[in-house]
Amino acid sequence: MSVVHEKIELTTGATRRRARRISLTPTVTVYLALVALLVAGSVLVGLNGGVLLDQGGILNILTRSTVLGLVAVGQTIVIITGSLDLSVAYLVGLCSLVAAQTMAGSDGMIVPGVLLALGVAAVVGLVNGLVVTVLKVNAFIATLGVALILRGYLEQNYTGPAGSVPRAFQHLGFDRVGPIPIGVLLMLLVAAAAWFYLKRTRPGYHTYAVGGDVDVARLSGVRTGRTIVTAHVLCAVAAGLAGVFLASRLGSGAPYVGTDAGYDLESIAAVVLGGTALAGGRGGVVGTIGGVLILATLDTIFDDLAVDPFFKDVVRGIVLIVAVALYARRKLTRRSA
Amino acid sequence: MNAPTTWRPRLADGTAPVLAVLAVLLVALAFAGPAYAEPAGYLALLKRAAPLVLLAIGQYFVIVSGGFDLSVGSLVTAEVVIAARLIEGDDANTVWVIALLLGFGLLVGLVNGLVTTKLLVPSFIVTLGMLLILDGAVFLWTGGAPRGALSPSFRVFGRGGVDLPVLGLLPWSVVILLAVLVAAVLFMRGGTGRTLVAVGDNEDAVRLAGGRVDRLKVLAFALSGLLAALAAILLGGFAGVSAQVGQGLEFRAITAVVLGGVLLGGGRGSVVAAAAGALTLESLFSLLNLLGVAGALESAVQGVIIIAAVAYASLGVTARLKSRAARTPEPARP
Amino acid sequence: MNRKWSVVAVAGLLAMAGCSSDLPADTGTPGTTGAAKDAGAKSEFFDQARYERQLKFRSTTPEGPADKPWEQMISPELVDTAKYAKPGGGYHLCFSNASVDNPWRQVGFKTMQEEVKLHPEITKFTVLDAEAKDDKQISDVQSFASQGCSALIVSPNTTATLTPAIEAACKTNVPVIVFDRGVNSTCPVTFIHPIGGFAFGADGAEFLKEKVKPGGKVLALRILPGVDVLEQRWAAANEIFAGSELKVVGVEFTDGDAAKTKTIVGDYLQREGQIDGVWMDAGATAVAAVEAFQDAGVPIPAFVGEDQQDFLRLWADEKMTAVAPTYPTYQWRTPVIAALKILNGRQVPKEWVLPQPKVTQDTLQDFLKQDMPPLHYAMCGCESMPGYPAPWK
Repeated sequence: MSVVHEKIELTTGATRRRARRISLTPTVTVYLALVALLVAGSVLVGLNGGVLLDQGGILNILTRSTVLGLVAVGQTIVIITGSLDLSVAYLVGLCSLVAAQTMAGSDGMIVPGVLLALGVAAVVGLVNGLVVTVLKVNAFIATLGVALILRGYLEQNYTGPAGSVPRAFQHLGFDRVGPIPIGVLLMLLVAAAAWFYLKRTRPGYHTYAVGGDVDVARLSGVRTGRTIVTAHVLCAVAAGLAGVFLASRLGSGAPYVGTDAGYDLESIAAVVLGGTALAGGRGGVVGTIGGVLILATLDTIFDDLAVDPFFKDVVRGIVLIVAVALYARRKLTRRSA
Repeated sequence: MNAPTTWRPRLADGTAPVLAVLAVLLVALAFAGPAYAEPAGYLALLKRAAPLVLLAIGQYFVIVSGGFDLSVGSLVTAEVVIAARLIEGDDANTVWVIALLLGFGLLVGLVNGLVTTKLLVPSFIVTLGMLLILDGAVFLWTGGAPRGALSPSFRVFGRGGVDLPVLGLLPWSVVILLAVLVAAVLFMRGGTGRTLVAVGDNEDAVRLAGGRVDRLKVLAFALSGLLAALAAILLGGFAGVSAQVGQGLEFRAITAVVLGGVLLGGGRGSVVAAAAGALTLESLFSLLNLLGVAGALESAVQGVIIIAAVAYASLGVTARLKSRAARTPEPARP
Repeated sequence: MNRKWSVVAVAGLLAMAGCSSDLPADTGTPGTTGAAKDAGAKSEFFDQARYERQLKFRSTTPEGPADKPWEQMISPELVDTAKYAKPGGGYHLCFSNASVDNPWRQVGFKTMQEEVKLHPEITKFTVLDAEAKDDKQISDVQSFASQGCSALIVSPNTTATLTPAIEAACKTNVPVIVFDRGVNSTCPVTFIHPIGGFAFGADGAEFLKEKVKPGGKVLALRILPGVDVLEQRWAAANEIFAGSELKVVGVEFTDGDAAKTKTIVGDYLQREGQIDGVWMDAGATAVAAVEAFQDAGVPIPAFVGEDQQDFLRLWADEKMTAVAPTYPTYQWRTPVIAALKILNGRQVPKEWVLPQPKVTQDTLQDFLKQDMPPLHYAMCGCESMPGYPAPWK
């Protein structure tokens, strides 16, 4: 019930801000597309003799959204500042290892394990942010470079899954509150916190200002460097949480759990699918969650229809391009109107 | 070959450092490995580097005009898999398949360019989408794994060479590479090439001056696609059919271009420097291998180097701009 | 404010709604402790006992029909499956596949699909592909719980990380069959696999020890570190090389990339002048490695490859001195056969060890199939299946 409550508050918050604009914002479009997809998917799966939105199906969509959702929420903040983070995939793997190895199967080490993993994530985010702001390296290269360094570290030190989490911690990955997995609640909680940060706090406003026009922001007295570094740290911590959650689900840390799933490019895809502009300054986490849910729903529909996995990639690619083209078109018509 | 001294300072900012680094690496190679004591060793290095250099030149056109092309890696894989499926080991099929491959590369580039310019989708997203589409579509077509085989005459371009009196066997890939490099340099010195750089620097200014911005951008993507097809022909020829042949090449090509001092976001950098960046990267890998540095550290070294290269370039540029303040105002760039 | 409110609300809801869990009850099986053990041994993949067991299995005569190695079993320890018996057919087989992202898995998966077609009593075959993602495979296994499967076949993406999910699946009273990579649990009814990585690695290394003159230089090419099956192959080869007079001049990772392989071999030829033998932990790039010798204009040394058609053809054409250990793709037939046995209440081995033959000079012609694709695996046991060869082409 609290989830529903949160969602209502999120959407009313978003509409209040955009009340003066045309009602069909990217965020609204995303959720309309999600509903349309669910309807179309239910019909298709129904024709195939199955049910898409039964208890198992809903659980499936939600479970599949959890990790990508955590990473994508962080990615949203970075992208809004006009930056991006390509190091999240390796970071997810690293944090799952840090958490699982620190815990080493003992209940007493759960809290230190989680804190240490998030601390490592924050440090990596700090490095990303400082390389971008102080060394003035383009974010694409900076985070690609950090990703390569993390990869070297993982390849040098790990040959496979390591560490183990105590059973008590595995409840995070496997328990449900009624029909909703705890992981999903965690993800929505993080999304809500990110929404609050972006829309209700001063540093959040600054995030949009820096992404909109960094020079204007600087001239208006925003500490642009600090804003960008903060965004990178928050993004890394979100990725760290994803790693911790995965450790709980896998029972141990796995060095390539993030890269196998392609969370770097996939999270960026989810963010832009959710209507956040890649150039920065526009968008938000509500749309991102919609984007993540669309990707997870597509996955679930394809599984139910037993579609060839290679076909999924083709559809994902087309959906991504078409969605962003539609947003661009809307922007264009509004500009000319 | 490219001795740094023969290049006049007329080349864009950032060319000199990468050529210097390249020269140091080439000398270091001579000390590290006996094979590099003679030209044959460097020729082998050039042959090995040719596909990456071609990709870097293609990527350069896109980057200097302000875009990204993330689709080249999966395009290379797609081209090799398509070639094997269509040739089926028969020499009679080589010629038309090569023509088709080049056409397909051009087509993919055109689509990338048109979607970017006409539908106003950022090139990062367009080419990311194209990466997913190509990756899926080609294996959907072949049922998951490559089929068929490449013909000996197709593989000549990556494996064989021409016998020359002095140099010995000159690999075809080196011949092709030099031809493309010369053409690219001539192109960039011509009017179209200069306008392409200007588009990356300030699109609106070019548009106001009557330049056909969209057409130039589409051209850049088309050239990138075409060169990726060429790189695929060399790679397929060199190593045969494989489903992983293009894996990670997009990031490697971007790394090479950036290593050459070309500014992401466009407007600055030379094509020779981009090509030199690719050669530098390949020499570095060879050197690390000769020195016996573990494969795992290779990526970490690569990571440190690209950050350092870009930091050096952008901090250097900032310092220089400060010193000659207000002469030319820097265009705002995120 | 908002955040605090949400926390309070969630906490309240937790208390109200009552918590349900999909976490398997702790039965004292080595689920998590197994993972810890793996971690401790991560740099040391050599296991003397398992090594010796596998080498012994190579010479053990398997039970079962000799012309159907996929139905054979080595030293089986049969278990009773009466409690799963559900005679009468109309079975719904469910299969959670790790991925189909390489030719070996492609050939295997097609073989499995054809095997399913051989049995009319299987009326539905549902496959979920995890696309090499551990987390997706865990969800896949969970989602099968609500799909009314008669039996669940799992090919785990990673041993340690899939263990909890498979233990949960075992609790649903649906028989669970695991093959290829295993799990750290004894709960599946049967675990099907060929003899194993140590035997594979030893087959190649022993061949080189025999064919390469003492003091000869051997180059070892590996795909990537960290995959237990591949690590075991190298561990066994390393053990044999250490006890020989061969000189291992390099151990390199190729990432399964043909161009990189060719480059590495070329570099070693330059550096060492001569290579007398090449050992590989998987044959996917064997052809590229051979070509490096051809392009350098030197004779091809003794080679260890695998049973892919392109390598076998090159071997025959160039009259190479070679051997091809296999990790047979026919093992993809066995889980379907096992599922039907279990559903009929017949006994199956707790650990179903399949024979793991190698292709030698003597048997090369039997496995050479000129009309098959270059990346087809010869040891598929599929030649006698009704649809052959169309689905594999």
